[in-house]
Amino acid sequence: MKVNPWTIGLILAIIAFSTWLVLTPSIHIGGFVREGFRLGLDIKGGSHIVLEADLSGLGPGESAEEAMRGAVEVIRRRIDAYGVAEAVIQRQPGGNRIIVQLPGVEDVEEAVKLIGQTAQLDFREPKLDENGNIIRDEEGNVKEWVPAEGIIDGKKVHLTGRFLKQRTQVVLDPTTNEPMVQFEWNKEGAKLFEQITSRLVGKPLGIFLDDQLISAPIVRSVITNRGVIEGLTLEEARLLSIQLNAGALPVPLKIIQQQDVSAILGADSLKRSLRAGIVGLALLLFFLIAYYRLPGFIAALALIFYGFLVLALFKLIPVTLTLAGIAGFIVSLGMAVDANVLIFERMKEELRTGRTLRAAIETGFSRAWTAIRDSNLTTFIACAVLYWFGSRLGAAPVMGFAVTLFLGVAVSMFTAIIVTRNLLRLALATPLGKRREWFKI
Amino acid sequence: MKGLDLVTPRKWFFLGTAIIIALGLASLLIPPGLRLGIEFTSGSTMTVRFTEKEVSQAELRQALRDLDYEPIIQELGKGEFFIRLRRIDRDEKAALEKALAERLGKLEVLDFYDVSPIVARETGRNAAIAIAAAAVGILLYIAWAFRRMPRAFHAGACAVIALIHDVLIVLSVFSLLGRLLNIQVDALFITAVLAVVGYSVNNTVVIFDRLRENLGKAGRKANLAQEVNRSLVETVSRSLNTSLTTLFVMVCLLLFGGVTIKNFVLALIIGLIAGTYSSLFLATQIWLTWKEGLGLRRARAS
Repeated sequence: MKVNPWTIGLILAIIAFSTWLVLTPSIHIGGFVREGFRLGLDIKGGSHIVLEADLSGLGPGESAEEAMRGAVEVIRRRIDAYGVAEAVIQRQPGGNRIIVQLPGVEDVEEAVKLIGQTAQLDFREPKLDENGNIIRDEEGNVKEWVPAEGIIDGKKVHLTGRFLKQRTQVVLDPTTNEPMVQFEWNKEGAKLFEQITSRLVGKPLGIFLDDQLISAPIVRSVITNRGVIEGLTLEEARLLSIQLNAGALPVPLKIIQQQDVSAILGADSLKRSLRAGIVGLALLLFFLIAYYRLPGFIAALALIFYGFLVLALFKLIPVTLTLAGIAGFIVSLGMAVDANVLIFERMKEELRTGRTLRAAIETGFSRAWTAIRDSNLTTFIACAVLYWFGSRLGAAPVMGFAVTLFLGVAVSMFTAIIVTRNLLRLALATPLGKRREWFKI
Repeated sequence: MKGLDLVTPRKWFFLGTAIIIALGLASLLIPPGLRLGIEFTSGSTMTVRFTEKEVSQAELRQALRDLDYEPIIQELGKGEFFIRLRRIDRDEKAALEKALAERLGKLEVLDFYDVSPIVARETGRNAAIAIAAAAVGILLYIAWAFRRMPRAFHAGACAVIALIHDVLIVLSVFSLLGRLLNIQVDALFITAVLAVVGYSVNNTVVIFDRLRENLGKAGRKANLAQEVNRSLVETVSRSLNTSLTTLFVMVCLLLFGGVTIKNFVLALIIGLIAGTYSSLFLATQIWLTWKEGLGLRRARAS
């Protein structure tokens, strides 16, 4: 079997391309951008949050689909305003769950509070008794609030946050330097506000956020377009203004699962896993060469090329690398050697039965191929099941492991058969190849 | 390897394995068989590292008890602990962090994981489905891989027995580890078990394949025991080498790798060792004993 120069050329080209792809830190070609590998949250650090929407409160005309899409939109706006780079917001298709990933957020608690809160703002007025006085409790606070309503086009309308223009901002009171949330009404909101404030001059106006009273200022004069909410800390004011601008969530959300990984832990784990991988690889190469000599050396080369090829695929696709995924890659390095070992053992047998070196290589490969193919099938089955399992869980590590193991094993079949075989044929063509001792009988 | 006899002493292999499996089953069946992690039972976990003072596990437990928690704690290293609690939300977590810092000095929260009962139930269900699907897939594969063997059912059954052995060994070890070290079983553990399942069937199929070849060559007059041993000896080099290579890298991962996946890698390693053992010392030997038993019955009947 002559060595086909085109095959060798193709192999070299693929290897060169893979090595370049892996080692180049930053790639920008046309629309194709790769800035290093895509890393999972367990390496980068960050939060993974799963929210479930409570669809029970939906009215008859409102569809779940629209509500969910609206919720995702609101969350997206809030996160954008808060400023989290590379946040991922996904909706579970056809269901009522939303997955949010916030990489590397400094104060996660704040961000999560920002997302999860419905932020339904509404205005209420105190209930009056028969004489038109405010009913108060023992401490002098307003006992009961009723929704503050005005009349538009002859209909009674409750004043809520949906009449706000997207102009809410945090300002500082010029005299006290206290933070205030300043909001602006749209046309209808302004009309309603005018009606309500004119009714409530001298009385408190209740400002409620998610049914909690946050402020109850006494109305001094009739106001139309603008208003302020006082009595919040700067942090609270900032969050509230983001939420009001993004809009209230159409349905309430509950956190059903969350996971934070600190960047410290992530970086530490990554460093250790890489170190382990390198040590393991070195041991493998040493073993290969020591036990199988020349073919072993060839297998070692093939293994290194294999490593680069798989990493290049990870960068190309791109595959999100998690710690389990990296473990999967390292394990597949060990299994890649498997295929080579199979071939060499088969070759040894053929040599023992007296075949020539050349014939032994060829028969070794064809006999071993069926064994390799069959044995990798079970791993593929396991990977398929694992990938499904991981995706149902939303567990990136499980999916990552399934993908890296699958890719690793698939590529290993390629390198074992094509690369190793051609390198061996190549070796035969050189003077070294004539000497059987190098091939370890 | 000349003179290697893996068939005659098989009684001892069976005995040894039976003892270990019995112990393992005992540990698994006496509650708590396996310490299930929060992914299956809901709750919250935190990994903390104390940076200011030296804190012992006992001190941490006391501090948490004082704060009205019933924790399960696993010590991961110097001043580094894995804590499992009932479900807490973020506000509570922040308060807990502050309270612990007051009592035990500055700490870093390395990770925080909170799972609700809804999700836990689903995870359990999905794990069961995944295992069932994998089992069906593997069984189909075994049926297909052994199609050319004479009496394929026996060979297939032995492969399945070897597989069950491997899974039981992994479960047993983690049951013991759960009792001794509070190591918990999570979704990644299931992942490891499935990966082990995929990998272990490999070896077994290869050996049976060789057996088929040798039986074919030997013809009718085949001495079964001899052929089984021959097949084993011929493939032992390959089986050991492939297992060793994968084992190298996994042990490196276990020793030098990050703490987050230690349990995962450990499960893989145990599965690998169990799988190699069952392929070389159990699967074909069981087949042989079974075959001989059938042969005797037939001889007695006739």
